[in-house]
Formats: sequence, structure tokens, C-alpha cells
Amino acid sequence: MQKKSSSLVLSTSTGLIFLAPALLFIALFLFFPLVWVLIISLTDTTLTGPAAVSPSFVGISNYVRLFDLSRWMRLGNFGNALRNTVIFVLGSAIFGQVPLGLAIALAFHRRKGLLREIVFSLATVAWILPGVAVAFAWIAFLDRDFGTFNALLALLGFPKIDWYFDYPLYAIIIFNIWRGTAFSMLLFSAALGNIPPSYWETADVIGASAWQRFKDIIFPLVRPNLFTALILVTLWTFNVFTPYLITGGGPLYRSETVPIFTYRVAFKFFEFGKGAAIAVVMMTINFILASFYLLMQRRRPR
Amino acid sequence: MKRILGLVVLSLAVLLGVNGLAETIKLTVTARAVRGGVNTHLVEWLEDHVFPAFVQWMKAQGKDVEVEFIQFGGSDEALKQQYALDLKVGRGADILGFDGFWIPEFDAAGLVKPLDEIVGSQVWDWDGWAYIPQGMREILGYKGKVYGLALGTDVRVIFYRRDLFEKAGIIPPGSGLRWQPRSWEELLNTARYIKKVLPDVVPLQINAGTEMGEATTMQGWFMVLLGTGIHMYDFESGKWYGEHPGILEALNFYKTVYVDEKLGDARLQLISGARARTFELFRDGKIAMLVEGDWFWRSVLAPGSEWAIPNRNEVVDWAMMPAKEPGAGYRGQNFVTISGGTGFILNPNTAHPQEAWALMAFAFSREMQLEFQKIQPRIRSRVDVPVVGDPVMSEMARALLQYTTVRPMLPGYPKISYQAQLMTERVVSGQMTPEEAMAAYAEALKEIVGPENVIIVKAR
Repeated sequence: MQKKSSSLVLSTSTGLIFLAPALLFIALFLFFPLVWVLIISLTDTTLTGPAAVSPSFVGISNYVRLFDLSRWMRLGNFGNALRNTVIFVLGSAIFGQVPLGLAIALAFHRRKGLLREIVFSLATVAWILPGVAVAFAWIAFLDRDFGTFNALLALLGFPKIDWYFDYPLYAIIIFNIWRGTAFSMLLFSAALGNIPPSYWETADVIGASAWQRFKDIIFPLVRPNLFTALILVTLWTFNVFTPYLITGGGPLYRSETVPIFTYRVAFKFFEFGKGAAIAVVMMTINFILASFYLLMQRRRPR
Repeated sequence: MKRILGLVVLSLAVLLGVNGLAETIKLTVTARAVRGGVNTHLVEWLEDHVFPAFVQWMKAQGKDVEVEFIQFGGSDEALKQQYALDLKVGRGADILGFDGFWIPEFDAAGLVKPLDEIVGSQVWDWDGWAYIPQGMREILGYKGKVYGLALGTDVRVIFYRRDLFEKAGIIPPGSGLRWQPRSWEELLNTARYIKKVLPDVVPLQINAGTEMGEATTMQGWFMVLLGTGIHMYDFESGKWYGEHPGILEALNFYKTVYVDEKLGDARLQLISGARARTFELFRDGKIAMLVEGDWFWRSVLAPGSEWAIPNRNEVVDWAMMPAKEPGAGYRGQNFVTISGGTGFILNPNTAHPQEAWALMAFAFSREMQLEFQKIQPRIRSRVDVPVVGDPVMSEMARALLQYTTVRPMLPGYPKISYQAQLMTERVVSGQMTPEEAMAAYAEALKEIVGPENVIIVKAR
């Protein structure tokens, strides 16, 4: 390996000085809280009660309790939250937002016109509106007695469905797909736009069908973006808290995902020690997913 | 030009400096109340009566005081969260609307302090103390110390719609007769009858589930459990009942109502915003019987409130909650109820403890409490402030204060209360049988207070 020539603009120490504010920021707001959370996850700290002033060191018992296999699948415990989150991520991210975003991008690829603008604008607006406002709109939409959706169903002759009570997980999956598809759509739209036009001309000349175009031109060129989209959307969906505003994790914890579970333990019962343990587990899962992504990145021949 | 600019800046600085010398003391008060919404009477009383009079009074003493009420419209649990986080970092309003049973856990964490520690021993010089009996002081008290002043205490009853009862023929119309069940069987029979005769109406709604929080424990679980003869806590031994035939009987009552005979709507207890929904439905005549606290009568259904019923006095009536059978209730009673209490405490982080205490004492003076009685009559903490203007409230107080009991003021209570709510939720939703739910409850209790503090009495 050749040694790089020392034609640096700044010396290393000057460079560090410039970086210092940013490093300080990261240390204060990311590093120290991370260490603090790790430490209190090994205690029984609470916000109220005697353990707030005299917490005791409990080792890894918070973690052991989380993974108590005899009880963890009970509604309201960690196993249930994990299972709900897996279903949520599969349904809303992997088989939801990403394919839907790709489909929309494909449908409007190389087409201009009013419909494209309308669809893209609506999807983007759904993505960027504040979560609370959007949640309110959805609560109204799917209410059993007064919701717009049930009113429409009634017009078409279908019976009223109690969405938030009988199908809470589906409700939040659909909500999340609606909310986040814009990202994948925009990403794939850009990726498709990067395909050189000569490919399309060649395809036209040899008379390739739509499926062949997809299989041989689009898919290979879009694959890295597909991968990026999958991993990012999975991470975001895993961590998203907005469904709490709609179902509150209920009824009976049936739509409680891991972030909602963390919130409930840490802020409803003020059990910071236990909440910290859950947060650390969540962080570890995120870390594994992100590492998987980075590993795949490195492996691909460049 | 530069000179003129300099002069302007200088004079502005002087003006601002001078203003800073005449310091205005700003006091803030917060509670779960919104004008036109929940607890609107509290906001009216404070903003329209107490604050103006207080500012006047302070001005007469040469002090410039501004008082602001910060409205909070979320749930009680959300307010508690807000308080815990605020107090932990040394902030929060000067005077906080607080529920008595939060005090033990907040005190154990050092987040709240007794009045005399914040203000000094001159707190006891206030003449109001002579009119506040020991029992009332204990509502916002813990371990013999007083943390604040209670707005009053309350009792719980079965509210029923006279119009529906008359329609069903349970009460002959226009007779003025009142309904009073003397046992669970009588109560259930009434519910069964209503279900048969008025199929569109939910006969009986009694709180269950974790969604309603402490409202489930107070208006639901305790009302049923006390009727079996036991409390949640044995005050003499200092231990909690984990398993007991009484608990099973109470759970079976819930099962009968919500699962077996569908005399109540289980879904209503489990959805988000459950409590507000039950208020709405009762107001609209879709629920015939609702077990609630007197707060429901004097605040929720009262004229001018969010869920007001225009002819409340004609269509809503109340009955005492019976024990399982006459004489089978807690302390051998025929009827049961339980009391709680909310009020105001001083924030130990307040920058103006003396003025904040002055405001509190002012609000709890006889004149100001009587003003509040005019807006919302209820049982108040001062014995020289009787219930006026509402014969229903007076009658409730007279009939029920003799039967009432209180929650144990212990730091572990909120967690155990939650377990009781969870227990009812599991039975009402059909997730577990009463036996399984009770077993899970006892297990959880052992973890919270230690197995040596849990009483297990096996059914014979």
C-alpha cells in the first residue's frame, strides 16, 4: 500500500480542533447517555419510590427478566412486544413500504404529467406531516362508529369493522405503510432515473417485454438501492413510536411494539432500570441489523 | 446619528434596569383542568374568583404578584408523568394539583416535601387548620406529615338513569320511589331485567381494565372486593391479600357481568379513551347503571360541563353499592364505598415559598371555599364549609361517609393497584379464568412487596 503524500491542507491537530465542537456534541448527547443507560440497566433505578434515591446494583437480572421464556409471551411482556414488532416490520416495511414504493416509482417511471405530480405530492405530504396530526386523522378514519372508512364500507354494503379493537396490528401496519412509502418511492424514482437512456433504446430495439426489462435491466441496477431502502426502512420501522398515538399499544397490548413497550415501562411506571435494559436490547438489535448492512456493503465488488 | 443611537440604547437599558428593580412575583398553579372541558369548575373558581382577590390582597400589602393557571387536558396518568419528570429536574409549577395516593412514592424519591419543610413552621399559624380534621389532613398526608390541602373527599355509588328504569317498569313512573339493591343478586337481577326489556341499552358498566388506571381500582375493583368482606390490604398485619376466596368471588362477579351474561360491554372498558366514552354513553342514555364517584355527579354531569345532562336532577339518581349479601361486606357492612381525595401541594422547587403558601392558604380560606361551593357543591375538607345548594351531594355524604374506607398510603400501592387492574382486564377480556388471573396477581405481588408481605388464603 502506498503511503499517502503529506499534502494535507491542515495538520492533524488543527483538524481536531475544528472537529472539537462536533465531537463535544456527540459526546454529550450520544456517548454519555449511552453509557448512562448501560449503567442504569444494571440497577433497579426508578423515577419515584425509594429506588429513586437509593438504587441498588442488580447485575443482569433486568435482562434475565426480559427473556424469562416461561412468561415472556404473555400479553404485556417483552416476547409479545418482540413478536408484534417482527410482524409489524415484515408487514409494514419489508412487504409494505419498499415494494409499494418500488411499484409506484416503476409505474411513473419516464412518465410525466399531472397524475404523477399528484401521486408523488400526496405520498410526500403523508410522510412529512407531523405525527400527532396524522394520528388524529387516522383515529377518526378508522373509528368503528363514526369513522369515514366504515361509512364507506357501509355504503358498499359491508358490515362495520371494529379496526382498533379487533385488528390493531393490521391497523398500524397499514398506517405505517401509508406514512412511509414516500421514502422508498423517492429513492427508487431517483435510482430509476439514473439508468442511462441507451439501455431503454436497446431494449426497444430488441423488443424486450416489460418483464424482461425488469428482470435484466431494472432489477440489477436498482438492487443496491433496494438493499439500502430495505435496511433503512427496517431500522426506522423497528424504532417508530407513532403507532402509540393511534392504539396506545392496545387493546390488551396486542399492538405493542418494542419502542412502545420501552416507553410504557420507563415512563408509565418510571422503572428506569428495566426500561434501560429494554433500550439496550433494542439498541443491540439495531446494531446487528446495521452491521449486517455494512458487511454486505463491503462484500460487494466495487 | 451615532450619538442619538447611543442615547436611545442607554435610556432603554435604564428603563429595563429600573423595571427589573420593581420585581413582580409570578406564581403558577397547575392541575388537570381545562376551561370548558374536564374539571372546568376548578379553572372558573381559580381564575375568576381566587386569583383576582389574591392579587388585590397582596397589592394591599405592597406586593406585586401575578398568578397564572396552567391548564392540563391529558389523563391523570399523563399528569403524574409530567410531575415526576418536572420535579426530578427541579422544575414544575409552584402549586401542583395532586392526588393523595401519589404522595408516598413521590416522597420516597425525595420529589415532594411536607409543607413545614418548604415554608417553615409558621405554616401552622394559619387559622384554617382548626377547621380541618385529622382525617382530611391525611388525604394529602403521609407518615404523619402534611404535604398539602385537600379540595375535599369523595364517595362512590351506583348511578342509574331514572328515565330508563321507569321505561323498563322497575320504578313506577312519577312515583318518586328510589331503587336500592341490597345484594349482588338483586343488582344483577335488575341488570338482567333491563337487558331483556331494553336490549339497546348496556345494563351495567363497572370499571375494569388497565386503560382507566386508578379509576378502575377505585370505582370498580374496590367496590366489588369490599363487598366480599376484605380490603386489598390488611391494615393490622401490614400485608396484602394475594389469594383469597373474596378475590375469586369478586373476579367471578366481573366474569358474570362481562363474559357470561354480557350485562356490561367489555369492549368499552378496553378501548383507548374508555372513560370518556362511558361518560358519553351514560349521558346519552345508552348505559343504565354506572358505578362512579361523586365527582361524576358534581363535575362531569353538572350543568355547564362537557358532558352535562340538561335535566340531570330528574333523570339521574344514585344507589349505594351493596355488599355481596347483607352483612358480608368489609367490616360487616351492608354497603360499601371508598374515598380518595385530590388537592394541592407546594412544589419544593418553588422560588417563592412564602407567597405560594399565602396563595394556598387564601384559596382554602372559608370565603374562597364557599365560593367554590357555589360553583360546585361537594364534601370539602373544612368542617365550616358545609355542602350547600345540592341536596343530592348532601345526601350522598350523609349516607355513605359512615361506610367508607381509604387506600393504604404506601409507595408500593400504585404498582399493586396496576396489578389489580390487570387482573380484572384478564378476566373481563376472557384471556384468563379467575383462578389463573388471581394466581398471576399473587405472583406479581410477591415480586413487588416480597413473599413475606403477601397473604394467601386458599379457597376451601
